[in-house]
Amino acid sequence: MVNKEKVIIELRDVKRKFIVGDESVYALRGVSFKIHEGEFVTIMGTSGSGKSTLLNQLGCLDTPTSGEYILDGVSVKSMSKNQRARLRNRKIGFVFQNYNLLPKTTAIENVELPLMYNSGYSARERREAAIKVLKEVGLGHRLEHKPNQMSGGQMQRVAIARALVNNPAVILADEATGNLDTRTSFEMLVLFQKLYAEGHTIIFVTHNPDLARYSSRNILLRDGRIVDDTVNENILSAKETLDNLPAEEAMEDRQIESAADNTF
Amino acid sequence: MNLTNLFKIAFKALANNKFRTFLSMLGIIIGVAAVIIMMAIGQGSKESVRKEISKMGTNLLSVHPGAEMMGGVRRDPSEMQTLKLADYDAILENKRYVTYVSPEVTSSGQVIYGSKNTNSTIYGESPEYLDIKQWNIAKGNSFGDDDVRKGAKVCLVGKTIVENLFDEGVDPIDKIIRFKSIPFRIIGVLDEKGYNNWGMDQDNVIIAPYTTVMKRLLAQTYFQGINASAISEELSDEAIEELTSILRTSHRIKEGDDDDFTIRSQQEMMETMSSTMDTITIILVVAAAFSLLVAGIGIMNIMLVSVTERTREIGLRMSVGARGFDISNQFLIESVLISISGGVIGIFTGWLGTLVCNQIGFPASIPMWSIVVSFAVCTVLGIGFGYFPATKAANLDPIEAIRYE
Repeated sequence: MVNKEKVIIELRDVKRKFIVGDESVYALRGVSFKIHEGEFVTIMGTSGSGKSTLLNQLGCLDTPTSGEYILDGVSVKSMSKNQRARLRNRKIGFVFQNYNLLPKTTAIENVELPLMYNSGYSARERREAAIKVLKEVGLGHRLEHKPNQMSGGQMQRVAIARALVNNPAVILADEATGNLDTRTSFEMLVLFQKLYAEGHTIIFVTHNPDLARYSSRNILLRDGRIVDDTVNENILSAKETLDNLPAEEAMEDRQIESAADNTF
Repeated sequence: MNLTNLFKIAFKALANNKFRTFLSMLGIIIGVAAVIIMMAIGQGSKESVRKEISKMGTNLLSVHPGAEMMGGVRRDPSEMQTLKLADYDAILENKRYVTYVSPEVTSSGQVIYGSKNTNSTIYGESPEYLDIKQWNIAKGNSFGDDDVRKGAKVCLVGKTIVENLFDEGVDPIDKIIRFKSIPFRIIGVLDEKGYNNWGMDQDNVIIAPYTTVMKRLLAQTYFQGINASAISEELSDEAIEELTSILRTSHRIKEGDDDDFTIRSQQEMMETMSSTMDTITIILVVAAAFSLLVAGIGIMNIMLVSVTERTREIGLRMSVGARGFDISNQFLIESVLISISGGVIGIFTGWLGTLVCNQIGFPASIPMWSIVVSFAVCTVLGIGFGYFPATKAANLDPIEAIRYE
């Protein structure tokens, strides 16, 4: 599954400095690693460890103060805002903790969103692509539902479908299970593992150490530096864990979850 | 992102907040309707003034004696006795651009019939006067050249005279009225014309042959003025030149000396009136335009609220690949949609307003260009006042925007 021949992400001594008042604060103090095609990487760390800053770098939302970031063969460091927007549009799929779906907008239209900013797609192609990925994430029966008609798990599936629709080089998930109950979290993990099995490159940023056992590689961040980077030889199956969860408790959680309206 | 999609998104965003959209549109609607109605009233009254004036004949020219300096004292033009029969004859002989000519002598005074009396003005004219003024006879006949030659004591009267001197149902034709004790036989009644723009009752007139008024009533040998009509409105200027040269010759005025008469055309008068109306219209429209400016500020305000409210949406769109340009376009199109649809509704409302104005007696007609201008102004307003919020949206940092609470 992991294609050692192809490097999707390469960071070389990436530093990121913020100026706060008169002081300059380093959020990243020199981070280097390579991620190959088909890896499922969890990046962990406590708050303040530089996780979010690293994620912004990986997602081309920000550029390094020094060092080099190469995404799928292109150097990001010297790119303009618009060039990075285009790169995000073509190469990156984002999954956020709070789903970030457009309200009063159907699942299909939400998933179509990234393709709207790609003039290569016609309206019909967009719709077909959206339906295809929605079916892949198991929402073939919820195509025309709006966010307020869906549960948290379903909303996150729409968000994952949206991250997949542009066929990205890498999927960046930021605490993608953070808002979900245990059972739904594992359902998401099952989905991510399925995508991993299909050969997608996934980077999962989380502060939950339990999730590490389900990915193929763990990177641990502390104070803006990598303190641990290990390949996980023994990947647990999320599906098995899910099947072993007590059913009733999960049902209650789920009801609470679907009551919460988490859109903007 | 292509335009169709941008319009779809903008339309949807506006539809999601129908009431708010309507309120910000309302400013534009009221502003545009006000401008349209003001322009329509301006245009309408101008047209009605023009119509009034052209009722009196658009190609009318009037010659009056000019004020002459006598020993350094400028004298009252009405005292001047320079327009004589010889001038009239010279004009009749040499006219090319002038069709009808009528000398004019007037006198005001009491008119009596039986036990009734009224005050009126008698106009001594030639038979061509009715052609110059484009007046018609409602009943009876006009006087002819024969009556002029004989100085016949006949006259035409206006409606007001008939009403004031005769009981209802009495036929005024062939009745004898007295003007300053001179008896005149009524041979015709003029069509009703109402008041003119200066508030003068055009029906309170008596018209008689100029010879009669000059010899029998006033015992004078000069005219107060000469009325004439140019062949057409366009040829007024040529006709004025022609009259000037004829009169200069017959008055033997040396090259370089001032005319001892003035010629005014109806057209000139119309232009003066029009420009007065234009000034009033401009004042009205400027006042209405201020409400449009306020409406524009309203749009800007609501767009700023909308940008703040949708910060996370903007962040999301940027993170999936929207460029600043795409975002600013999205918001610009929204504000333009608000202002243009407000403008269209405003134009429609303005049109309804002018209908109401016409119903309640204000003459109003919408000039075509005012619709075009309103439309253009709305577009400019939408872009102008939408620009700042749109730029603000486009310059958001996606990292902060996506996590905005």
